[in-house]
Amino acid sequence: MSLQQFMNEAISPWMKQEGPDSDIVLSSRIRLARNFSQHPFPIIASEETLSQVLEFIQEEFQNHSFRDYKNFELVQMKDLQPIEKRVLVEKHLISPHLAEKAEKSASLISQNEQVSIMINEEDHIRIQLYFPGFQLDQALEQASQLDDWLEEKVDYAFDEKRGYLTACPTNVGTGMRASVMMHLPALSMTSQINRMTPAINQLGLVVRGIYGEGSEALGSIFQISNQITLGKSEEDIVEDLHSVVKQLIDQERKAREALMSRSGIQLEDRIFRSYGVLTHSRIIESKEAARCLSDLRLGIDLGFIEHIPRTILNELMVLTQPGFLQQYAKETLSPDERDIRRASLIRERLQLENEE
Amino acid sequence: MECQECHQRSATVHLTQVVNGQKSEIHVCEKCAKEKGYMNYGEENFTLNDLLSGLFHSEGPSPLKGQSPQSYAQKPKLKCDNCGLTYDEFARIGKFGCGVCYETFDERLNPILRRVHSGNTKHDGKIPKREGGNLHLKKEMEEYKTNLRQLIEQEEFEEAAKVRDKIRSLEDQLHNGEDGDV
Repeated sequence: MSLQQFMNEAISPWMKQEGPDSDIVLSSRIRLARNFSQHPFPIIASEETLSQVLEFIQEEFQNHSFRDYKNFELVQMKDLQPIEKRVLVEKHLISPHLAEKAEKSASLISQNEQVSIMINEEDHIRIQLYFPGFQLDQALEQASQLDDWLEEKVDYAFDEKRGYLTACPTNVGTGMRASVMMHLPALSMTSQINRMTPAINQLGLVVRGIYGEGSEALGSIFQISNQITLGKSEEDIVEDLHSVVKQLIDQERKAREALMSRSGIQLEDRIFRSYGVLTHSRIIESKEAARCLSDLRLGIDLGFIEHIPRTILNELMVLTQPGFLQQYAKETLSPDERDIRRASLIRERLQLENEE
Repeated sequence: MECQECHQRSATVHLTQVVNGQKSEIHVCEKCAKEKGYMNYGEENFTLNDLLSGLFHSEGPSPLKGQSPQSYAQKPKLKCDNCGLTYDEFARIGKFGCGVCYETFDERLNPILRRVHSGNTKHDGKIPKREGGNLHLKKEMEEYKTNLRQLIEQEEFEEAAKVRDKIRSLEDQLHNGEDGDV
């Protein structure tokens, strides 16, 4: 039943709420890497060990609830079709790495899809918690409580000197990766983001484009996260990230104002052209769709377009990914077929909003 | 072109094999290539770990130093008792095999961790409730001691006395706890 819910809805229930600064910050995420103290890590563990880990988690946590995170459902990778795995990756409920591992891997997903706990990924346990908008502190607090809840049952691999022990030396210490997903169209249009990146890197933080290959940021969506996990407390890491994200929000707002005053009509033209493409095209590639959706979102933020809610863009961003398109079509599609399907889906969805 | 092994997916891995002068071509999908051993794990993409492992300095003989293979063979290999991972393997894959590896390879870890974590080698974050044992008390005591020094400098002796009492009671707890364990 739950698996069907995870599959059919493009956006998770928690994404439907708008968080603070949601014109720029899409979501805040905390990920904690944890391991069992007695078992070898998944990379070298035997099938038997992996089964033990999985069965233990199933026994202790399947269908349990913790606070707002109700009815954890254990979704096992071996039970999923390739398209279904892809859908979960596109919804960020599992990592691409977990999707590749066929046997003995799973994800424990809460009903509201705010929490997914990946089992036997690179580490035995990876807790992921999402919040809409800019809510890093809340995310950290909740993730830490979830972590305590798991620790009641799981003997964690922990060392006084090195902290939480992880398979990769890049995660040891706090085992924490805090990240914020941001829509930065004005900073990327003016190439300012490229100039800011080196300075951000010097603070031990990383800026990456998501939904893109290599350094290209598809749809001007960027992820800012911490690189360092050792030698700093979770709170300090989150505070550093918080202050940089705050700066970026301010800079993005300033860049938008500057664009509006210097080239308002050009910007308006660009936004309405993109809107035209989205509402009228018959074939659209994912790259073009992402670019136009980003423009449309900016148009909504700037007040050029009023009748479309912002959340619909989050939805379309996920819905127009290859996995979801195929899940929706209930069949495997060639890239050409996907482009046609994508165009009609966007038209339908935006039309729907116009009528309401 | 369809995969010649599973006949389902399309072939994305194309190999030319020459065995005893006999040339043969193999066209398989990535999944079958991995299963049949045509591709090694991790070969599909160059990851951060590949970069990292280059920094770890494997134990293997270095041709630059002109170390003879014999002298190398005599040296006992560093190997984790719990999971069996050797330091060489760790250096190659860039990942630890289990929690115990951290102790086994401890003396070599500081330079690696320093590079990855901007000079840091010691954890300064959360301590798990159960697994952390009395580390919580120790950490709390450190905080009180810092606080005490500040109070004394500021000549706030009344407050300082209160903090001192807290430290004493924590010390008692710590000692009792340790006795209890024995």
